[in-house]
Amino acid sequence: MSTQGRRVAIFGATSEIAVAFGRLCAEAHDRLVLVGRDPEALERLAADLKVRGADAVAILPADFNHIDGLSEMAQESWAPFAGLDLALVAYGTLPDQKAATGNPAVAAAALHINFVSPALLCDLLAARFEAAKAGTLAVITSVAGDRGRQSNYVYGAAKGGLQLYLEGLRHRLWAAGVRVVDIRPGFVATRMTAHLPQGGPLWATPERVAADMDKAIRRGSAVLYTPWFWRIILLIVRALPRPLFHRSKL
Amino acid sequence: MPHSARTSLSHTSWGNVIRAEHQVVSPDQPYAAARVLTEIPAGRPAIAYGCGRSYGDVALNPGGLLIETRRLDCFISFDAEKGLLTCESGVTLAEILRATSVPAKDGSGWLLPVVPGTRFVTVGGAIANDVHGKNAHVFGSFGCHVESLDLARSDGRILTCSAQNNAELFAATVGGLGLTGLILRATLRLRRVEGLALETEEIRFARLADFFALDAESAVGWEYTAAWIDCLARGNQLGRGIYLRARHAPGVSAPPPSLGPRRSVPIAPPLSLVNGLSVRAFNAAYWRKLGTAERVRRVVPYEGAFFPLDALGGWNRLYGPKGFFQFQCVVPPEGAEAATAELLAAIAEAGQGSMLVVLKRFGHVVSPGLLSFPMPGITLALDFPNAGADTVRLMTRLEAIAVAAGGRLYPAKDALMTAESFARGYPRLDRFRGHMDPALSSAFSRRVGLSDASDGSGEGR
Ligand SMILES: Cc1cc2nc3c(=O)[nH]c(=O)nc-3n(C[C@H](O)[C@H](O)[C@H](O)COP(=O)(O)OP(=O)(O)OC[C@H]3O[C@@H](n4cnc5c(N)ncnc54)[C@H](O)[C@@H]3O)c2cc1C
Repeated sequence: MSTQGRRVAIFGATSEIAVAFGRLCAEAHDRLVLVGRDPEALERLAADLKVRGADAVAILPADFNHIDGLSEMAQESWAPFAGLDLALVAYGTLPDQKAATGNPAVAAAALHINFVSPALLCDLLAARFEAAKAGTLAVITSVAGDRGRQSNYVYGAAKGGLQLYLEGLRHRLWAAGVRVVDIRPGFVATRMTAHLPQGGPLWATPERVAADMDKAIRRGSAVLYTPWFWRIILLIVRALPRPLFHRSKL
Repeated sequence: MPHSARTSLSHTSWGNVIRAEHQVVSPDQPYAAARVLTEIPAGRPAIAYGCGRSYGDVALNPGGLLIETRRLDCFISFDAEKGLLTCESGVTLAEILRATSVPAKDGSGWLLPVVPGTRFVTVGGAIANDVHGKNAHVFGSFGCHVESLDLARSDGRILTCSAQNNAELFAATVGGLGLTGLILRATLRLRRVEGLALETEEIRFARLADFFALDAESAVGWEYTAAWIDCLARGNQLGRGIYLRARHAPGVSAPPPSLGPRRSVPIAPPLSLVNGLSVRAFNAAYWRKLGTAERVRRVVPYEGAFFPLDALGGWNRLYGPKGFFQFQCVVPPEGAEAATAELLAAIAEAGQGSMLVVLKRFGHVVSPGLLSFPMPGITLALDFPNAGADTVRLMTRLEAIAVAAGGRLYPAKDALMTAESFARGYPRLDRFRGHMDPALSSAFSRRVGLSDASDGSGEGR
């Protein structure tokens, strides 16, 4: 690694977990490319990260829903620092399962932004890392992708699909020495979950999740559950026999 | 109520004495925060809430709306030549130290000129209470180093205020307890120190008069001064304690402290762990902390010296479910020694005791706020576990002694003072009133008669 810090692109840079992660990168004097929808929010974050120590910050306004633009987005993220050492894919939305049930348009939009778009972007980034024979692709999925549950299977299916996609990419990129890190947070207190009663021992702050991510990415771990106890919770949830599982409200 | 408001039971003050339900909004962009202010319905005023590190009720509004500012947490610019920092109002002092107090090779660096005893406070909160630190006699209060600030008002205006621009509103907002508008961002002047580390000296002293002697001796050459007092000592030992003085050690660097506490109190114990027994044990042990030495000299990072309590997150929980009160007053220099002795005697006599009794001299640097707490004189700060009526009686007695001596109480630490004490302590109150924003009021402002008591949705609900 160069002493100048890493070249990092964050896709969905203004989400709270991404902001917290970006601040850790800034402290490490990384060079950052911030990709997001709202140019003003990106400018605000760029100024913040510069004061917090980032070596250089570039911003790239983009629409993640727009599949045809993904290739150009990947290319533009590569340009400011002539390559990347790390790409973090952090965008997504939490759909309301009830609204998506029986409403194909809502469900399709949720599957699109949580699976189709990030999977295709990862593929484009993977090709670039593969050619460079180095780098790390990190993606925020969710513990919701570990088992389908009646309360949010549209989101769960998108995230679960993304997990499988990443597993495939990891397999493919192994030979090139490229790492693929699948980050699975539990409940995180953010805007996305502001309508839920946040608090209690299962809820984590974006800062906590970002700190765990940072460690896992530096280590190159394949799958991270954050906070750690979700690994155990999901072990149990996955192991629940169907008759028992079906009676639960999960 | 703005539509995104949610109900919260967890927004309390640091002393935990007041527990109430609030509606809370957490705008995450300055323009959104400014808009919230314009959406406050008449007769249902709101108040800003930073880190909730004030002990009493200046940041509380039971039954009403709190505007949480912590998500206004972006830096805007830092001019590393001039030391000018611009940031949003929800940025904490811990974050500022981490981003700007990076030691140069020769150990020097930029430093916040004024920090209170905890770094987990927001810039907005530090301005609104015009906080002070151990170097107040040399550097004045936080507000002395605010170059300018942007203030959102409920009529939709955003005003840039400084000593030159909107100067009266600036003077009202510094130390203005969140009542003049919502501070969106501020520009602070940092100072350059030759060494970020501190050379400290702790000196044991046997009686109150010795404090004054040591303080006079330290006036030249020691920038940070304060004393811990053994509040259980009486008679000719009254006012004994340990004097702490410090100055920057040229050429010696120190790393910025962490962004959060290193360890935390995980759960609130069902009753106060701070009680007669532990207070007695603590005071006895602390008095002996220097061992056989009368004087201990060290070179240390500033973290431990400035923020000793920040090492343990949530330490306020140790006081149990009933919480605790803080008391801080300042009395003018004439008669300060007699008034301090009277205060300490009243405390020792009541036998309620306190672990963290701090005595310090304020100097003549003028604080810019109309309601700024610091003024020349001696300030005494301490806390008491809430033991009900007995504690309130003692606090009332201390309030009376301070006010009779021509002193005043610190709103950031207060949960009990009367409207009369407030008016006597803060003679510029009438000038202040004219700058208040009608959409803002707090439990404190209603209690001390600054705002209409019928505002809000009724605390007695
Ligand atoms: C351990 C400890 C040690 C302390 N030591 C000291 C000390 O040495 N010296 C000292 O002076 N104080 C000290 N304090 C008190 C503390 O510094 C002040 O109470 C400080 O103002 C708290 O900041 P906050 O961000 O938590 O604000 P809060 O307590 O949440 O709010 C304080 C006030 O600021 C207002 N406010 C907050 N944000 C804004 C904004 N954006 N716009 C307008 N108004 C706003 C609120 O409405 C309220 O009136 C100490 C507190 C603790 C817990």
